[in-house]
Amino acid sequence: MNPRIDCLRAKTRAKEVSLSHERAVLVTDFYETHAAMGESIPVQRALCLKHILENKKIYIEDQELIVGERGPEPKAVPTYPEICLHSLEDLEILNSRPKVAYKVSEETRQIYKEKIIPFWKGRTIREKIFSAMAESWLDSFHAGIFTEFQEQRSPGHTAGGDLIYRKGFTDLKSDIRRCLGRLDFFKDPTALEKQGVLRSLDIAADALISFAGRHARELDRLAASEKNPERKMELEKMAAVCRRVPAHKPGTFHEALQYYWFLHVGIITELNPWDAYNPGRFDQNLYPFYQRDIENGTLTQEQAKELLSCFWIKFHNHPAPPKVGVTAKESNTYVDFCLINLGGVTPDNRDGVNELTYLVLDVIEEMRLLQPSSMIQVSRKNPDRFIKRALKIIATGFGQPSVFNTDAILQEMALHGKSLEDARSAGASGCVEAGVFGKEAYILTGYFNLPKILEITLHNGWDPRTKKQIGLETGDPKQFNTFNDLFNAYQLQLNYFADIKVRGSNIIEQINGAHMPVPLLSLVTEDCIENARDYNQGGARYNTSYIQGVGMGTLTDCLSALKYYVYDLKRVSMEKILAALEKDFSGEDILHHQLKKSPKYGNDDDAADDILRRIFRAFHDAVTGRPNARGGVYRIDLLPTTCHVYFGEITGALPDGRKAGIPFSEGISPVQGADTCGPTAVLKSAAKIDHLKTGGTLLNQKFLPELLTDEKGIQAVVHLIRSYFKMDGHHIQFNVVDEKTLRDAQKNPQAHRDLIVRVAGYSDYFVDLTEALQEEIIQRTAHTVI
Amino acid sequence: MMQNTHIFKIQRYSIHDGPGIRTSLFFQGCPLRCPWCHNPESQKMPGKIQTEEMDGLVLRLMAEIEKDRIFYDDSAGGATFSGGEPLSQPQLLFQLLEQCREKEIHTCVDTSGYADAKFISSLAEKADLILYDIKLMDARAHETLIGKPVFPVLDNLRLLSDRKARVCMRFPLIPGMTDTEANITGVISFLEKDTVFRKIHILPFHKAGEGKYAALNRENPMKEINPPSPERVAQVKAEFESRGFQVIIGG
Repeated sequence: MNPRIDCLRAKTRAKEVSLSHERAVLVTDFYETHAAMGESIPVQRALCLKHILENKKIYIEDQELIVGERGPEPKAVPTYPEICLHSLEDLEILNSRPKVAYKVSEETRQIYKEKIIPFWKGRTIREKIFSAMAESWLDSFHAGIFTEFQEQRSPGHTAGGDLIYRKGFTDLKSDIRRCLGRLDFFKDPTALEKQGVLRSLDIAADALISFAGRHARELDRLAASEKNPERKMELEKMAAVCRRVPAHKPGTFHEALQYYWFLHVGIITELNPWDAYNPGRFDQNLYPFYQRDIENGTLTQEQAKELLSCFWIKFHNHPAPPKVGVTAKESNTYVDFCLINLGGVTPDNRDGVNELTYLVLDVIEEMRLLQPSSMIQVSRKNPDRFIKRALKIIATGFGQPSVFNTDAILQEMALHGKSLEDARSAGASGCVEAGVFGKEAYILTGYFNLPKILEITLHNGWDPRTKKQIGLETGDPKQFNTFNDLFNAYQLQLNYFADIKVRGSNIIEQINGAHMPVPLLSLVTEDCIENARDYNQGGARYNTSYIQGVGMGTLTDCLSALKYYVYDLKRVSMEKILAALEKDFSGEDILHHQLKKSPKYGNDDDAADDILRRIFRAFHDAVTGRPNARGGVYRIDLLPTTCHVYFGEITGALPDGRKAGIPFSEGISPVQGADTCGPTAVLKSAAKIDHLKTGGTLLNQKFLPELLTDEKGIQAVVHLIRSYFKMDGHHIQFNVVDEKTLRDAQKNPQAHRDLIVRVAGYSDYFVDLTEALQEEIIQRTAHTVI
Repeated sequence: MMQNTHIFKIQRYSIHDGPGIRTSLFFQGCPLRCPWCHNPESQKMPGKIQTEEMDGLVLRLMAEIEKDRIFYDDSAGGATFSGGEPLSQPQLLFQLLEQCREKEIHTCVDTSGYADAKFISSLAEKADLILYDIKLMDARAHETLIGKPVFPVLDNLRLLSDRKARVCMRFPLIPGMTDTEANITGVISFLEKDTVFRKIHILPFHKAGEGKYAALNRENPMKEINPPSPERVAQVKAEFESRGFQVIIGG
């Protein structure tokens, strides 16, 4: 690492995360003046973005090469009061909570009290959502049956395609002009609406061009007064880059990176979409620029690496927008889920690994930063060398890059009506969510608590925690004669709650479509311009909504225990189990021990895994194919972020022997410690899920460091991955760490500030995790060799 | 993990007992008493398998082996029969070897070589790869430390060499026992003179089996002995290499 990068890296790591009122003030100013009142909502939103980008502070860090900050300085995180208004209590919680805190100054609190709160109270999307939801939705939400992704953040979950590497914003503006000219006010009754959308996209394009221009002017100013001739030249060059992009298509590697970065900052300033934004198929998109510059002799490999490192630091400067309440619990991290994709195949189906891929892997290893997250896409066509290079980074215990199956993603996409070329340009964003980059709005709607629904079923529709009848009356479980009776009751409840969730999400999509268009995100998502329709209204080529199932392993083990003891062996009565659950197994040690011995998921044992298959089918059938409000359909994902901890917290004792409040299994991983037959058995079990019918599944494995110390160990893991992917597994990642280190880190957090672990679909500093989550990770089975 | 009295442990994702990803079946029963044994629970001989039980047992074990076929295919792995001493239950071992061959699953047998010569000849024919231990060359030391004479081990190895069986030698490096200069030179010159085998794995002593002795209520004979230093391991490796051997550290 050269001194420049060393210094920038140290700065971003040391910088405290704070909350900035800058954006909140600018948005409020804009709406207070009513300057845009006569305009359509899309145009108002575009003008609002323009107002922010033309007035926010421009920050340029000493020595940096890529410019643009969302806040007034690095790690100063803005708020989005039009989506979710933080109360003074929220600000205090954010400021003082022990983990994932955001420092809030006295000035910010004052501004919130006097200006932001009075203006926005009663006008936010969050309030619109809650007031539009039916009582059954609210009951389910408060009981913890599901979460709602859009209650504090706007829809997003998307990644950029190759558009911006082909076209500058002036090109996009001429596309807009062409579409405006094509509008037929005689025959098209929606022409006016379309005109408004197209105008909003055009304004958003201007807004970002002018934001880049402000940077160019600031860089000129800095260059004029710069004493060091080398830096002076750099600043002049950077100013020239900012004049060129995003207005024009990029001509160099540096311009391509800067173009993306302006767009990234613009999109996460426009609103606070989930999973920020994402440069998509990074090595493929950037390779032509890299290759050309290297051939021209205008760029050396060292310079490319330095630019990439500067680019990496920009991501690290941007922690996730502050989350509170349930949203903070389901995603309790600073990580904002930008996931760099490497490898895979090209749109014309060749091996996508190139020279730049390896250079980026070097950068990932050297930077060792939580943000951006990174992954490798592994296709049958990619060489083993590529996987081994990534495993050598994973073996350092960093939890990055994660490993995805290109051939599975391709089928997941192509089987859902996408063209083959589009499917090949797909990837995974966020944690593990597959989508066609740059052309699909695939929106996650919330986590779905599969084990809690069993608790409700076992109480005949009643929730013991909120003490309410929130589900259907599917019968007293003591009266069920067969396992099928029990499963049918479960499935009825599952369908009932899926109905409630989908109905709510359709309303929420309409609220966002009507009130929160996103002109800038729409501008760069194909085919919003052609359709003259906003991203949030279904303007993208593909529009999918996801519900993410949580607790597959836990639920499988619960049903397996009931099937085994109550119905197959008839050794324990349902009555006895229900009574023990009521008491959280207190005084029921023998029964507790017994339940823990029933067949468990994760051991390649069909006695348990057949139940998993059945649960998967039930969940899939309850959701998949239902129409959403944007012209697409609902599908399922299986991932939790940190929601398996929250869902566990609000669920009582369960028949697999899990006590009340304990976290559920994570992703599609087995219950912590239940898998005792080694990693091949886990992979076989996990492959019994029909991955191709999902938009992403998440499997984490914990390996002791010894397992990856030598070439043979690394090679064996390459084979494990290839075999899992041959069975159509979607994703796998490894935590390479031993218990002693984790226990020691709990005791001496200061000595382990740098310890990084894989949580779910992302990595985080171990000491920043809640105690419940730390414990959950320690309890996971650690594979070793004897 | 499936267990019974004849196979005391089945280990999937075994990566140090032969090539690729393997499933290792550990046979109960061993005629030897190596003080460094890290599976002391496997030493006691099991009862004889009743004929009527044999088919069912083989069927169950084969089902377990076949579970990881997809991993064997990708990694050129297979099944490893270890122990204990797999040749202490020859009938079971040979049935499994035959079944694996029929089902095209690669097999490895990890043996001490202390067995009847007729079994060793069958092994040469039925196993795809034999992992063969060579421990102590000195007859007296072998008998004192391990409890059985060394000559069958050496004779059997000559036999395998004559039959051109695929053998991979394994040499446990135990401080104060097998790591003397005389023993190492003895092993090298025996292999050179009497066999064609030139590939050897050095297995440095480790303390993984320690807890097992306590669990068995037995005194750990290796309590006072520490693993050899990396320098010593490197030295021994160099010694073998200087004589033209291909050396791998570990399994």
